[in-house]
Amino acid sequence: MSVLIDQNSKIIVQGFTGKEGTFHAGQMIEYGTPVVGGVTPGKGGTIHLGLPVFNTVADAVEATEADTSVIFVPPRFAADAIMEAADAGIQLIVAISEGIPTSDMIKVKHYLASRKSRLIGPNCPGVISPGKAKAGIMPGFIHKEGSIGVVSRSGTLTYEAVDQLTKLGLGQSTCIGIGGDPVIGTSTLEAVQLLMADNDTEGIVIIGEIGGDMETEAARWIKDHGSKPVVGFIAGQTAPKGRRMGHAGAIIGGKDDTAAAKMKVMHECGIHVVESPAEIGATMKRALK
Amino acid sequence: MNIHEYQAKAILKQNGVQIQEGILAHSPKEAVKAARQLQEQTGTGWWVLKAQIHAGGRGKGGGVKLAKSIEDVEKLSSEMIGMQLVTHQTGKEGKKVRKILVAQDVYYPGPVKKEEYYMSVLLNRKTGRDTIMYSPEGGMDIEEVADKTPELIFKEEIDPGVGLLPFQARKIAFNLGLSGNVFKEMTRFVTSLYRAYRGVDASLFEINPVLKTTDEKILAVDAKVKLDDNALFRHAELAEMRDVEEEDAAEVEAGKHNLNFVKLDGNVGCMVNGAGLAMATMDIIKLSGGEPANFLDVGGGANAETVEAGLKIILNDPSVKAVLINIFGGIVRCDRVASGVVEAYKKLGNIDVPVIVRLQGTNAEQGKQVIDDSGLKVRSAITLQEAAAIVKEVV
Repeated sequence: MSVLIDQNSKIIVQGFTGKEGTFHAGQMIEYGTPVVGGVTPGKGGTIHLGLPVFNTVADAVEATEADTSVIFVPPRFAADAIMEAADAGIQLIVAISEGIPTSDMIKVKHYLASRKSRLIGPNCPGVISPGKAKAGIMPGFIHKEGSIGVVSRSGTLTYEAVDQLTKLGLGQSTCIGIGGDPVIGTSTLEAVQLLMADNDTEGIVIIGEIGGDMETEAARWIKDHGSKPVVGFIAGQTAPKGRRMGHAGAIIGGKDDTAAAKMKVMHECGIHVVESPAEIGATMKRALK
Repeated sequence: MNIHEYQAKAILKQNGVQIQEGILAHSPKEAVKAARQLQEQTGTGWWVLKAQIHAGGRGKGGGVKLAKSIEDVEKLSSEMIGMQLVTHQTGKEGKKVRKILVAQDVYYPGPVKKEEYYMSVLLNRKTGRDTIMYSPEGGMDIEEVADKTPELIFKEEIDPGVGLLPFQARKIAFNLGLSGNVFKEMTRFVTSLYRAYRGVDASLFEINPVLKTTDEKILAVDAKVKLDDNALFRHAELAEMRDVEEEDAAEVEAGKHNLNFVKLDGNVGCMVNGAGLAMATMDIIKLSGGEPANFLDVGGGANAETVEAGLKIILNDPSVKAVLINIFGGIVRCDRVASGVVEAYKKLGNIDVPVIVRLQGTNAEQGKQVIDDSGLKVRSAITLQEAAAIVKEVV
């Protein structure tokens, strides 16, 4: 098993015919992902990458019974695209788009609160259940089917961790890139809860960053409800206060959102905290024994 | 994006927030003219000269001065304009004062006692909603207030569906202990402040202090505003408020090449694709006995041109004793990145510090081969562990 997506998902791509959408949809299909079509307003009725293009998400859902949408729409139109997907009844919305205004995401979050859709991202690499489906931009070949769940706020750092796991023979059940923005759809805690409830996930890697308190929130829940070994790493131990480190969410505000403070709480909650990002895979291997 | 106090106040005024009025001046001559003009407009007899730099704590550093006569304005402004202003936020070298705000004196004597409050609007990341944070303890460092008297910090969260509601503005005014006419002034202030924040897609509006004057007006005496860079496409007029002279020259240069660069004080430079991996690389440098000299995210486009631009910026810093390039190839192929590094290295010539290139992911082995075959003084690595070991060796 895995969480969020698998071989039975029905996935559409919003921003399907654009440069990014075309390239990554192609990669997703090549990986064996069940992509059933795409949406580009104004191009409905055409065929792209051998699949039908629709004008609206509602049309796509009606024709294909799609349950998942991956969004590659430019940032200024991305909030609208997310809300369109939710309105059409898409269960899982994966927003890859980077650079969406925070005020737009505040509206999106409010809009989604009264609907059933789950949002992953934005500004994230997406979700992959190795060997089954890839809804995002991560390089498929570094992954391997298995039983480690990965939750991460970052992109390439997730690939780094996955690569270490795979090379140690530890495959992954599902890797969830939750995104690096201040307002995101699914928190570290919610992603951890999904993986904790998944029978085929035997261990969980949490990759966090400075800023916010999502990792400590997840750690406190794990302390009381965790049933599997968890390895944690927080990037930004050397980041100065008050400076934004690339991700809009990665900025140290108060004394509780530094790497040191988060690592301390995680450690106290029984998480295997690693100081060096080179040790993520090896630590998981030891923790599983 | 940060903007100056005078720009922030202009935004506030446009939205109906009452402010301490002021006029911008670039020279003592302009300052004197501004002071006279302000006297005509507001009747003020004293003036406050405020250095316009992108940093807080100006008062303690000598960046805010009271002038009690036109002669004072001339003398104090000639001292202030051109000075290197050092505050706890500028670093040791300080920031050059290029312009000042000549502002009216709002602390005049009057029938009632003046009060100073604190008020800010910002995102509560936990709930994904905007929040008005306020305190009756204004005019001082809010982090200190939060530390010593957390019960004096109040928060009012805004429902995105309906925006700020009148009862919330009333609640704030009541909690600040106001009544009568000045109570109404405060509710108007709060409503207009939130309108300004929303209207410009800000990520922070901080008014400290909010002043209740001795004749019961509510004024924004200072204003710190951060705008959301991602929303600037909607606000061409605000994008023009950017003052590159206030930003680090290397960071501005990096931005031109779509590189995300932050200068730090260490001795090992680094260039990485992805913000999370870049921070993790800085951590590895520290764990290997070095100190990161910068944060540099090259994003998705690690090619010869960006690598060259990045290396140039890193090597410009004389304290850099080694450079670690860490690329995880996903869509980007490592052999291409390696060729880019070799090309950039040759073009720059005479690099006299060790350069370590760690390539992992798509075509990593081929990438390492390109580096090893180049005959250049570049060390290659594939795992993060190997890279860390080489950093340890060279620092």
